[in-house]
Amino acid sequence: MTTLDVLAARLRAELGADRIVNDRQELRTYECDGLAHYKVIPGLVVLPRDAAECARTVRACVEAGVPFVARGSGTGLSGGALPHAEGVLIVTSKMRAIVEVAPDDERAVVEPGVINLHVTRAATPHGYYYAPDPSSQQICSIGGNVAENSGGAHCLKYGFTTNHVTGAQVVTPDGELVELGGRAPDTPGYDLLGAFVGSEGTLGIATRVTVRLTRLPESVRTLLAAFPSTDQAGAATSAIIAAGVVPAAIEMMDALAIEAAEAAVACGYPAGAGAVLIVELDGPAAEVGAQFDQVTALCEANGAFELRIAADPAERALFWKGRKSAFAAVGRISPDYIVQDGVIPRTALPEVLHRIGEVSRAHGVRVANVFHAGDGNLHPLVLFDDAVPGEAERAEEVSGAIIDLCIEYGGSITGEHGVGMDKARYMPRMFTDDDLETMHLLRCAFDPAGLANPGKIFPTPRLCGEVPRRHRAGEPTPADLF
Amino acid sequence: MALWTDATDADTVAGVPARFVAAPASTEEAAAVLRDAVRDDLAVVVRGGGTKLDWGMPPRRLDLIVDTRRLTGVVEHAAGDLIVVLRAGTPLDGLDLAGQQLALDSPVPGATVGGAVATATSGPRRQLYGTARDLLIGMTVVRPDGRVAHAGGKVVKNVAGYDLGKLFTGSYGTLGLITECAFRLHPRPGVSALVLRTAPATEIGALLAAVRAEQVVPSAVEIDAPAEGPVTLAVLVEGTATGVRDRAARLEKVLGGQATDEFPSWWGRYPWDRVGMKLTVPLSHVPDLLTAGVAIRGSAGTGVLYADAPVESAPTVVERLRATAVRAGGHAVVLTAPQPVREIVDMWGPVAGLTLMRRVKDRFDPGHRFAPGRFVGGI
Ligand SMILES: Cc1cc2nc3c(=O)[nH]c(=O)nc-3n(C[C@H](O)[C@H](O)[C@H](O)COP(=O)(O)OP(=O)(O)OC[C@H]3O[C@@H](n4cnc5c(N)ncnc54)[C@H](O)[C@@H]3O)c2cc1C
Repeated sequence: MTTLDVLAARLRAELGADRIVNDRQELRTYECDGLAHYKVIPGLVVLPRDAAECARTVRACVEAGVPFVARGSGTGLSGGALPHAEGVLIVTSKMRAIVEVAPDDERAVVEPGVINLHVTRAATPHGYYYAPDPSSQQICSIGGNVAENSGGAHCLKYGFTTNHVTGAQVVTPDGELVELGGRAPDTPGYDLLGAFVGSEGTLGIATRVTVRLTRLPESVRTLLAAFPSTDQAGAATSAIIAAGVVPAAIEMMDALAIEAAEAAVACGYPAGAGAVLIVELDGPAAEVGAQFDQVTALCEANGAFELRIAADPAERALFWKGRKSAFAAVGRISPDYIVQDGVIPRTALPEVLHRIGEVSRAHGVRVANVFHAGDGNLHPLVLFDDAVPGEAERAEEVSGAIIDLCIEYGGSITGEHGVGMDKARYMPRMFTDDDLETMHLLRCAFDPAGLANPGKIFPTPRLCGEVPRRHRAGEPTPADLF
Repeated sequence: MALWTDATDADTVAGVPARFVAAPASTEEAAAVLRDAVRDDLAVVVRGGGTKLDWGMPPRRLDLIVDTRRLTGVVEHAAGDLIVVLRAGTPLDGLDLAGQQLALDSPVPGATVGGAVATATSGPRRQLYGTARDLLIGMTVVRPDGRVAHAGGKVVKNVAGYDLGKLFTGSYGTLGLITECAFRLHPRPGVSALVLRTAPATEIGALLAAVRAEQVVPSAVEIDAPAEGPVTLAVLVEGTATGVRDRAARLEKVLGGQATDEFPSWWGRYPWDRVGMKLTVPLSHVPDLLTAGVAIRGSAGTGVLYADAPVESAPTVVERLRATAVRAGGHAVVLTAPQPVREIVDMWGPVAGLTLMRRVKDRFDPGHRFAPGRFVGGI
């Protein structure tokens, strides 16, 4: 029997057969996340029902020296949940309880498999919502959001997952259950929760998450502005920010992205637009009213040829439909595509878009641009046809060149999709050896054996080494402190 | 040539004298200092404005104070991108960022960026803007072994690599020296107004709920509760002229209070005389803290309050407030106290996850040379 067979038998005995998947055909359904060109069939899949089962699974892995990978809904776009062929994939899809909604504390406590949107649904009757809203919010899990520090269109104003999670119960890579943070703010000690959020499953598995709920805004107003070009839409964005307005969201799509969205969802954006902006303001009605007038004036002053103001929630939803379906929509105009995720300083937007245009023309590869314009987070969609020899490679080159541009302009290789498996190789372009080694110190503190989601984030496997122990006179040993 | 000079009598940390003081003017100089400190096995405490050096426990050992007074200035202010990069010794007060602001209130005058980040202090406007951890987007540190490391970057949105800035925020100088911090900025609001209401402690819970029920998005919801007598609630709104007028009027109505643009003298200041505590509780438990017979002040809208414990009764007051906070799911930390009080109270109180925290410390500072003993669990 292989190590995995022994492990499977143990977990079957401890947790019950229904928690274990090791049928080859069934295992295959877990072979990739949202980044489907990396595929590995997991050695074993475990579906724990609660934190205790999750901890037992991790302990069993540790004792067997087998790597484990957490998976939520598998919508990640960097191969973060890519399984290990000789490892265990721990899937949180059976941990979907909303444990508590506590509007008086402005908190909700949920299991990690809970779908992002379901938190908002549970909170809305109380006048609250969960602010981080990735476009995948109808399917992605809170555990995945925590691991990726996911953002969304509205993080320009409201911040990312890390700003909205106050506590997590975590199974550490030794199989211990620990509480990081809590329901109250500012837990004393190191901000291990802050370090855990965004760690992509490499520091342990979140088994329960306490999130901050945000009061619903009194008023939401949404504007769709059509511009002749992305330059003008970019200038309008800059003007809005310069005027001291902080919109809830400013999203931009270029002509090719609009074409795709029209083909897919018939969102009815103004014809002939070189770029559209969706600008949303929310907050107290009197504030929103005053600033909305300012925003429309700034769009007009920067060349908008058509402005539409959402008259009702249905029209607002239509504006957003085009944007939120943009990734999938390019499937209508191209058989294959790469979703890139990079960040630039927002003011560099027009220049970087021109450079992307040049790269695109030089390689004969089309690029559709969709992005969170307010914070400079680009999502270029690089289009290709895998059936045509050489196209995939050219698309890969263009996609890589865009990341180079992000670095050149002082930005980041990822704004929200994470490093995962896909971008580990770019990490040395953004960080020095010492930077990476310092991050690795944290990894070693949590996971000296390197069993939690190995092969992600870090470009080259690193070993942890022993901590040199030094005892000093007068220094309490841990035993004295308890 | 030695990179430090002899310490003077004034160079002490919570009563412990240092032998040397270094004041590097750049990250590179700081790295050189810290490499020499490794060579000579010196125990190090970092000093910014010195406004909170008496917080935490006294260091178990101290040789070298690394002072950030020459590590000052704005490295970069990209107004169009709403970001700033500041050297750690830069005073928080008086930052000139044109029409923009680093929305981090400092409760003590004279605090530096590095000190505020290392102790994770916050003030009234955390209600709207969050705290240092939320505003920080990048950090440069020198590790205890003298190596320079960066995390994050200069863009607001960035998930590349671990968020080490958060690990260093609130680490009390136990993991290394912070030399530069990058922050996101906010536009300076045009207009603001404060609505005040004074009421008996027993009514504060209902008033806070009324503020939450209004969708007025306050920038701060503060209370000031003297040891005895009624409590003052102060709600700040910021924005445009028309917006603020409307929001303040609504608050006046639900609170039965008065709008003003004068801030009370206690606004954003700690309430203590000698023994200062920080109390954190879930929001619904804020009123529990108001009947303890001690002066309480702070952010009722986020559940972060500060208490003034009388020196004579400090042990019992600490115990009582801690019991209340912990029962509610929060914490009570004694930030500062005279030495005799420190000797008899548990400054930090119960801390979950200490094993992991010690492992982090051991990795970053295996020799335990950085602020040894100052932090939770004797870290
Ligand atoms: C159409 C589409 C649109 C998207 N839009 C956005 C967007 O707007 N913003 C954005 O930020 N992202 C977006 N994403 C990316 C993705 O949805 C997010 O990264 C999401 O948070 C992943 O959640 P998941 O549950 O699918 O996680 P998975 O893909 O299952 O896992 C992601 C990572 O999290 C780890 N993980 C999962 N659960 C846990 C746990 N409980 N504890 C520890 N680690 C765990 C995994 O190991 C993996 O590393 C989009 C994806 C798609 C397909």
